[in-house]
Amino acid sequence: MNMMLRTKLDPNKRSILNRIHCDGPLLLGLLVLMAVGLITIYSAGGQDWQLIDRQLIRLGLALAVMLVVAQIPPLAYQKLSIYLYLLGVAMLVAVIVFGHVGKGAQRWLDLGILRFQPSEIMKLAVPMMVAWYISRFNLPPKLRHILVGFILVGIPTLLIAQQPDLGTSLLIASSGIFALFLAGMSWKFIGAIALSVSVFSPIMWNFLMKDYQKQRVLTFLNPESDPLGSGYHIIQSQIAIGSGGADGKGWLQGTQSQLEFLPERHTDFIFAVFSEEFGFWGVVGLLAIYTFIVIRGMIIANRAQDAFSKILAGSITLTFFVYVFVNMGMVSGILPVVGVPLPLVSYGGTSMVTLLAGFGILMAIATQKRLLSR
Amino acid sequence: MARPRVTIKDHTAEANLFARRTVIAMLAIFMMIAMVLSNLYYLQITRFADYQTRSNDNRIKILPVAPNRGLIYDRNGILLAENRPVFNLEVIPEKVKNLEKTLGLLSILLDIDEDEVTDFYREIKRNRRFKPVSLRKRLTPEEVALFSANQHKFPGVSVEARLTRYYPYGKTLTHVLGYVSKINKKDLQKLSEAGLEANYAATHDIGKLGVEKYHEDILHGQVGYQEVEVNNQGRIIRTLNFNPPVPGQDIVLNIDLKLQQQAQKIMDGDKGTIVMLDSQNGGVLAMYSSPSYDPNLFVHGISSKNYNALLNSKARPLINRATQGQYPPASTVKPHLALVGLEEHVVTPETRIFDNGKYRLKNVEHVWRDWKTWGHGWVDVTSAIEQSCDIYFYDLAYRLGIDKISDHMFEFGFGDYTGIDLHEESDANMPSRGWKRARFNQPWYIGDTIPVGIGQSYWTATPIQLAQSITTLVNHGRRFIPQIIRGRYVGDEIVLDGSKERRPLDVKDIKNWDLVLDAMYGVVNRKNGTARKAFVDTPYVSAGKSGTAQLVAIAQDAKYDADSLAANLRDNAMYVAFAPYEKPEISIAVVLENAGGGSSQAAPIAKQMMDEYFADRDFGPRPDVKEREISKDVAKNAPSHNH
Repeated sequence: MNMMLRTKLDPNKRSILNRIHCDGPLLLGLLVLMAVGLITIYSAGGQDWQLIDRQLIRLGLALAVMLVVAQIPPLAYQKLSIYLYLLGVAMLVAVIVFGHVGKGAQRWLDLGILRFQPSEIMKLAVPMMVAWYISRFNLPPKLRHILVGFILVGIPTLLIAQQPDLGTSLLIASSGIFALFLAGMSWKFIGAIALSVSVFSPIMWNFLMKDYQKQRVLTFLNPESDPLGSGYHIIQSQIAIGSGGADGKGWLQGTQSQLEFLPERHTDFIFAVFSEEFGFWGVVGLLAIYTFIVIRGMIIANRAQDAFSKILAGSITLTFFVYVFVNMGMVSGILPVVGVPLPLVSYGGTSMVTLLAGFGILMAIATQKRLLSR
Repeated sequence: MARPRVTIKDHTAEANLFARRTVIAMLAIFMMIAMVLSNLYYLQITRFADYQTRSNDNRIKILPVAPNRGLIYDRNGILLAENRPVFNLEVIPEKVKNLEKTLGLLSILLDIDEDEVTDFYREIKRNRRFKPVSLRKRLTPEEVALFSANQHKFPGVSVEARLTRYYPYGKTLTHVLGYVSKINKKDLQKLSEAGLEANYAATHDIGKLGVEKYHEDILHGQVGYQEVEVNNQGRIIRTLNFNPPVPGQDIVLNIDLKLQQQAQKIMDGDKGTIVMLDSQNGGVLAMYSSPSYDPNLFVHGISSKNYNALLNSKARPLINRATQGQYPPASTVKPHLALVGLEEHVVTPETRIFDNGKYRLKNVEHVWRDWKTWGHGWVDVTSAIEQSCDIYFYDLAYRLGIDKISDHMFEFGFGDYTGIDLHEESDANMPSRGWKRARFNQPWYIGDTIPVGIGQSYWTATPIQLAQSITTLVNHGRRFIPQIIRGRYVGDEIVLDGSKERRPLDVKDIKNWDLVLDAMYGVVNRKNGTARKAFVDTPYVSAGKSGTAQLVAIAQDAKYDADSLAANLRDNAMYVAFAPYEKPEISIAVVLENAGGGSSQAAPIAKQMMDEYFADRDFGPRPDVKEREISKDVAKNAPSHNH
């Protein structure tokens, strides 16, 4: 702590990275991931340079957003939270009313020039809102504050769930719940939630889940039951991963991906391509990079000076890991197929910008210490 | 609502709480990482081999490659059945964007009519996806060129080459070679029963008739395999491995194309058949059945119109008369009967009878007539054969009885399959007591025996049986099985199959055999010989026996009048022969349906075949006519019997 204070106190010794409010280790981790992503997309996309070009543009844009976001002091986010949240909820409602139907689900809001998924805003707005709300009180929070927190999480979750976009709604819910957990939600309450979830899930199955969602779960439980239909993705994906072996088939040598047996190769199932071509040890390496980023994120959270920053940084970091886990779990067959890309490796998506905006907030928290700033 | 700012916060306690929660979260994260890694370890390390296999199953497809069918040559190395590339216009419907429009443009380009388009659509429904479907078969070179120049306008359409059978001599060899045609359901069933399905995985055609069918196993060869990498659409990306097919063996026939063409020329327009065997080994030198038809029609699938025309033709071109035609052998079997009489001692070379044109049995009202109304006078066995005396053979048959005739003639091959290498063969009928009982549930009457003596009654024989029996006669009982196949190519060398024989006949006295052969010499060469006219001045010396087969019973006192009979009920002209007499090389059987007398109609045909066979041979001056082997001329002794 002393050392950190010293460096922070001496403005002349601040590095270029610090001057632009970038956290070096975190940036390094992200850039390495992006490079891995580009290499894998090149292979999965049939060596199509156009894909690489587009992904580079997207990454550049996302990094720019991250840098911009990193310049804003955490205090501003604290103040912004409630407005962002309300805007997000309003847009979710707007989607229901005016939304654009894409791929059978109503997720998009057409703003004339660009189409926009309000659920992306909520990925950041929900943890911000919960962090803001809960950090106003002494921690650990009281039961009623937690209940209010749950309502704050529940409203957007349900709005997104009925679009329907179960994957995103669950991820948003977990980001809010992580915030409550990190804030010190009592274990008794956690136990009570676990119990109610187990009671609630049959109800959800029967009354809330759409047929295609049920099918995904059923297929997940036994993919071989429908090897040419909905089980096809999982089976081909497992064949790709399994046939990669310990060392992999080599870059550009994955037959499952190169011969197009693997669906969604450069997007949601890119992890299968990576596993096929780089093998088990390659996957260990990839997980090491993700773990490094998560650890760095949690260090930043712990070094943050106020509860809001701590909770927000922690929530963003944990949610990031959940993305990784859910994607890897679904591609390798231990979780049902939900459309979640592998963060920073999968091709495309609005989610990239949101994700890096989140890391921008992390960097802002890491580099802008309120008490020490001039 | 309390203002949060007012509350005093314990920052250290909060930081500690947060740190504890962080640790717990990190523990959960490590657990989840462990979960992911253990699952991946299971997939990639534990079950690696399993998934590797499944991955290869996905991408590697084994494609069978059809072997080239063996070629067929005649004995002089002339190609009789070859494989020619044909070009088919093939369409992969899934790859064509607008099928209707494409077909429309193609129809204009290649003048494709509506029937072809209808067939094409029907075929699409039957085919699997991404399998090419033929739009037009057998493109002409002009059409190939025309399409190739415009190919870029037709993605998903291509010209594909395939080898198919072609018979350059068409109808000349149809009943010998047969033909190949598309494998149908029945063929598939037989193949699977024989366990040969895999070997035919890529084969398009199979032998349906003749040599093509009988020697299918030699001609077909062994299927090869191509190991290819395919993508998820089933498209071949590259070939990984090629295990080439073993082509079928080329075979050489005993058939001499020259003789076959001569037979076709002679028989053109007539109904009948010519069989010529190699007397030394039973090899089939020529076998022509008339009328014939073009086998090439069947290779690409014969139209139902053409097929019905062949099927319903009264001339019955589809049957092979040489092996399936069942004809009363008539007088052509007199030499055989005479031999049996001599061997069984019911007659001797000296036995003479007086032929006054009529034959009666005691207590039987029926009168059997000689073809010569007033009879031949005194005849012994030699002159009876030479002049084809019926009365002598009525009497011989009477003396032998049906059982002995039946048994001996069966040994000669009558009423039995010759074993020729064709599936299209009939065993015809050698009547016996048992046969009549089974067939008509009637006893054998003595009256049934008498006409058997002149090869009539219920007796039928195929021309191949007749030719085989002549070969057996000239070889003194050695029985060769007629063989169309002569050998097969192994590399550049021909390995002969060798002749096949059945158990030889018992020879009691070889002189009896020589006597009968001498009588057949007399038929052709001596003064009263029935076939003498046909063979005057031949440079070679042949021997033979004519026959005129009645197809309808003539009423007791009626005379046979060809003009008053329907054309298809007129007598069949028959002739059996061998040559040269001293050292036989060829045995011949000729049948000319509804043509009349054997000596006048069939014998000249046999002569023309011999002329062709001996065309290049120099026999030197023709020897004087040989005297009879046994005793003196019967005619000279005749008066002594008048006493």
